[in-house]
Amino acid sequence: MNQAESKSKLEVSTPSDREIVMARVFDKPRKLVFEAFTKPELLQRWLLGPDGWAMPICEVDLRAGGAFRYVWRNDADGREFGLIGTYREVVPPERIVHVERFDDPAMPGDAQVTTSFVERGATTTVTMTVLYESAEVRDMALESGMDRGVSASFDRLAGILG
Amino acid sequence: MELVGYGRVSSKRLDATFTALADPTRRAILARLIAGEASVVELAEPFAMSQPAISKHLKVLERAGLISRGRDAQRRPCRIEAKPLAEVTGWLERYRQLWEGNFARLDSLLDELGTQPKKAQRQKRRSR
Repeated sequence: MNQAESKSKLEVSTPSDREIVMARVFDKPRKLVFEAFTKPELLQRWLLGPDGWAMPICEVDLRAGGAFRYVWRNDADGREFGLIGTYREVVPPERIVHVERFDDPAMPGDAQVTTSFVERGATTTVTMTVLYESAEVRDMALESGMDRGVSASFDRLAGILG
Repeated sequence: MELVGYGRVSSKRLDATFTALADPTRRAILARLIAGEASVVELAEPFAMSQPAISKHLKVLERAGLISRGRDAQRRPCRIEAKPLAEVTGWLERYRQLWEGNFARLDSLLDELGTQPKKAQRQKRRSR
């Protein structure tokens, strides 16, 4: 694997039975990456999900006990959904711990997200650890999330289920 | 799981599938059915479980659409249904793609931000 490939690769792993860890390397200083994760005007430019969605509302009170609120809106039909959360720990530019949930009672409960920023030379490794309320959903998410294919062949299913 | 909301149209169906798949016995049953259809008796064999207990698991799997039962009244063979499983793996793949998309956008934004301070410094020096 060359450097460009390893840089852009999103890695997924499991440290315990309710956690999913995503790790990604950015070739920029930690201070800059941390800002992109915490400043509303920057978050609104990248934390958008699929094409066709914007984040018209992004409120961030970046301190322990402070709240945040993200609202996404679909460009085509105006559908909206929101994510609300509270910061538990804020250590710029190293670490953020927050609890989040969808602003919709029909959606599943809380997830605690720990985001760490580690600088190595000219790069910054961002690691997001998502701690779920329920182990079942995490198990399935992780087992199958490792899988890169879109449609599931029986061969791969055997691996997932076994 | 910030981005689950994008796919919430089918979240109830996914809930049923996730619940069905959460149990190790049910996962083992599905793994067995990948090899081909089987009756309740055949499925009960490898497990230290009664046929009624296995039947209960089969009902959960059937409700989630993960298996179907044959019409043969005697045997009612179970077979695996690929579609709900494909939906789950498809959902997860979308989740992964969402984050890859987010991070690709972040790469571009960081490139832009990373070049700005230098320009600003140059301008500063020039204006001195």
